[in-house]
Amino acid sequence: MNRYPMWKYVLIISVMIFGFLFALPNLFPSQPAVQVSVSSSEQVIDNEIITRIKTVFDKKGIKSGDIESLSNNKLLIRFDSPDTQLTAVEAIKGELGNKFHTALNLAPATPKWLRGLNPMSLGLDLRGGVHFLMEVDMKAAIDKSLERHSEEFRSFLRGEKINYLGVKRVSNHLVIQFKTTELRDQARQKLKREYRNQIEFGDEETARGAALKAVLTQSNIDNTKRFALQQNITTLRKRVNELGVAEPIIQKQGLDRIVVQLPGVQDPTQAKIILGTTATLEFRLVDEGANALAAQAGGEIPPGDKLYKERNGNPILLKRRVMLTGEYITDASAGFDENQRPSVTIVLDSKGAKLFSRATRANVQKLMGVVFIEHKTDIKKLEDGSFKKKTTVSKEVINVARIQEELSKRFQITGLDSPQEAQNLALLLRAGALAAPVYIVEERTIGPSLGEDNIKAGFKSVIIGFVLVLIFMVFYYRVFGLVANMALTLNLVLIVAILSMLQATLTLPGIAGIVLTVGMAVDANVLIYERIKEELRNGLSPQAAISSGYEKAFSTIADANITTLIAAIVLYGMGTGPIKGFAITLAIGIVSSMFTAIMGTRAVINLIYGRKKNLKNIAIWEWGKHS
Amino acid sequence: MRKIPSQKKMFNFTGMRKPALILSTLLFIASIGSLIINGLNLGVDFTGGTVIEVGYQEPADVDKIRAALLDGKFDALVQHFGTAKDVLIRIAPKEDENRAEVGDKVLAILKANNPDIQMRRVENVGPQIGDELRDDGGTAMLLALAGILIYVTLRFEFRFSVGAIIALIHDVVITVGIFSITRMEFDLTILAAILAIIGYSLNDTIVVFDRVRENFLKLRKAGAEESINISINQTLARTIVTSLTTLLVLSALYIFGGKIIHGFSMAMIIGVIVGTYSSIYVASSSLLMMGITREALLPPEKENEDELSEIP
Repeated sequence: MNRYPMWKYVLIISVMIFGFLFALPNLFPSQPAVQVSVSSSEQVIDNEIITRIKTVFDKKGIKSGDIESLSNNKLLIRFDSPDTQLTAVEAIKGELGNKFHTALNLAPATPKWLRGLNPMSLGLDLRGGVHFLMEVDMKAAIDKSLERHSEEFRSFLRGEKINYLGVKRVSNHLVIQFKTTELRDQARQKLKREYRNQIEFGDEETARGAALKAVLTQSNIDNTKRFALQQNITTLRKRVNELGVAEPIIQKQGLDRIVVQLPGVQDPTQAKIILGTTATLEFRLVDEGANALAAQAGGEIPPGDKLYKERNGNPILLKRRVMLTGEYITDASAGFDENQRPSVTIVLDSKGAKLFSRATRANVQKLMGVVFIEHKTDIKKLEDGSFKKKTTVSKEVINVARIQEELSKRFQITGLDSPQEAQNLALLLRAGALAAPVYIVEERTIGPSLGEDNIKAGFKSVIIGFVLVLIFMVFYYRVFGLVANMALTLNLVLIVAILSMLQATLTLPGIAGIVLTVGMAVDANVLIYERIKEELRNGLSPQAAISSGYEKAFSTIADANITTLIAAIVLYGMGTGPIKGFAITLAIGIVSSMFTAIMGTRAVINLIYGRKKNLKNIAIWEWGKHS
Repeated sequence: MRKIPSQKKMFNFTGMRKPALILSTLLFIASIGSLIINGLNLGVDFTGGTVIEVGYQEPADVDKIRAALLDGKFDALVQHFGTAKDVLIRIAPKEDENRAEVGDKVLAILKANNPDIQMRRVENVGPQIGDELRDDGGTAMLLALAGILIYVTLRFEFRFSVGAIIALIHDVVITVGIFSITRMEFDLTILAAILAIIGYSLNDTIVVFDRVRENFLKLRKAGAEESINISINQTLARTIVTSLTTLLVLSALYIFGGKIIHGFSMAMIIGVIVGTYSSIYVASSSLLMMGITREALLPPEKENEDELSEIP
């Protein structure tokens, strides 16, 4: 009765091979590496690029490990020391220019035949880095959508030749004013057809005649939000790539939040500026005839003008009409102009170039102002427990220059405070604007030294806890304890293997989950062994006791583990970072421990005792009670 | 020669249920009382605000750091963290301060006084996150309880699930109560620990209940109280051995796992001890108090007899 069919042994051995194989990459230390990726999808990393890199390395005497082409149009180059890694990055940057991104990275030093398998990725708390949780300002996204619709209504009604008095925004809807009811009815009919399912139109009678009330439908609002979130993720990804961070994580969380994790980044300030700002540029004509000082002092602002400030604090009046906005910019690079002032060279797309050349051609010899627009949002909790969102928009005129000639695809702007600011602006313009402002609701920075301490402490505690349990089990259950220990070891290997296979991120709470599983995984064996002892006490033969012990303990083990699994699943569903990590390891540990502790140990016990017909004694008793 | 050890000594656990009830009630009331009066020493995960951990080259003077920060208009809580060289600075969220800049500013002030410091970590949590976390944590707890209630009712009987829930609430409230009484910081990892304790305590209780179910069906002559007492005794060795191995690894985690995991392992250690006690004294006693009888479990009898008949 204590024999296992062949297939069960085959299954157990296959699982063991799987476990050891997938866990194996974790044993190799990581080595410094550089990751090269492309900045736009037009570029391809091919053999020519690899040859260029190799030639530069040869020329500068840089010794690199092998150059590996990754599947997603990336290159991974390994080095022996961090010093060579740093000189190599400079060399690659010099050779390939800003069409390619380079990022410092750590790559596992796995032998080539094992490269297909990856080790567990380490969480920020174990390797250092910055974690941001950003919230997208959805109100701003809706505002923007309303603004766009009001523009659209105007041009639509003009196109349909329907006279309207004005379109204005009232709280969260738009009101289109008409002189007569007939015009209104005519407009409603046309608008309804044009904006079916997107906007609901309702009649409103006003003192000035008749009006249409335009309200965004819920599905339209949801779409706008979804789009804003997606768009922001895309932009943030571009910005992060510009920063040169290897293996960043950028993903949405819930309906309006984005998680950004930047491993290895030690100074969050730069990252925060780059990720959080919604900086863009606008080009407007200067109203040279008007008196800006008088306007600032409380005087009249001429119609069609808007009051701005220059960087030095001086007021300036610009035309309301925008010549060009930042959305047409395809490339921007920082540099210096002929007077060695920091500058940004801007390249427009064809549509933008056409627009801008038309606008500048008509205004040669006039002054043009470059407006630098930046949003900053912060959220505060008020006394009464509600939250107040405060968005500050700063609009500064960074540069005023006379238009010397028609400007088109490529031109240069100056007026920035420092080369660093020019760098940042160029980067932001390259990566594109955010669809809606974001603000940081949570920020966690783990210094590299703490990361190292954490991982050391984590592993130490796993090993010590593990060894303590091993010693206890052998002491208490003798041969059976030894068998349980084999199962426990396999269990640990399996957890690591599954985590590696799923590419789950190992965090400190995850390690705690593993440690806890080690303690609880022996529970199944304890239940079985205590049951076997009991059956022996009840007078059963050793063979019968083993069989009945395993059988009777099974439903208890299943019940106990399923209830714990329920708790783990709920924990995972609640899903904030560290808790998730804990829940995953706990859940994996429960499932794999069921396998190793029941099937695994039974297989070994059967091998040891199963064939002995007249088994008189089994080594399961405590020391001293055994003869 | 095979030696059959004599039947183990029986302890009268169910007879102890009155003193156990008094002890549990006292602990429970003390916990609730402290939670109402003292509340919890909530960490930055729940309150929002900024936490900065800085490493110094030599033992740091926290009073000096506090004064330097006060000069920079930061009213901060400064304390040693683990060693005299490590300092933890906590700053409550403030109305007029841009939260995103607090960490940078504080580090700048500290660096101005001592350029050799090492930034270990900065955590900056917005106030709305804390509120959400509290709500989510509560929801998770209720969801876990509901899931367990359903599962145990399906596998056993309604009174068993009530007994399991009573034991659970007992364990959670007393563990949280101890955090309230000792003013240990309650952060996100402690919440995770509490949820893990739910899993663990339940595990323990289910094992005993499983045996109670089996004995109700098997020991036809014994009354409910006797059956329950026998069940507790039969599972006692397992209860103690498993708690011991779990406590072994938790102690390893507490001693060697680093400061960040201290609170977590402490919470788990308390929870395991309380959970072990409750699975012996509280869960089964509550079954008796609800007037459980053998007959309550008759339906699954058939399945169990099949199981028994397989044994030669």
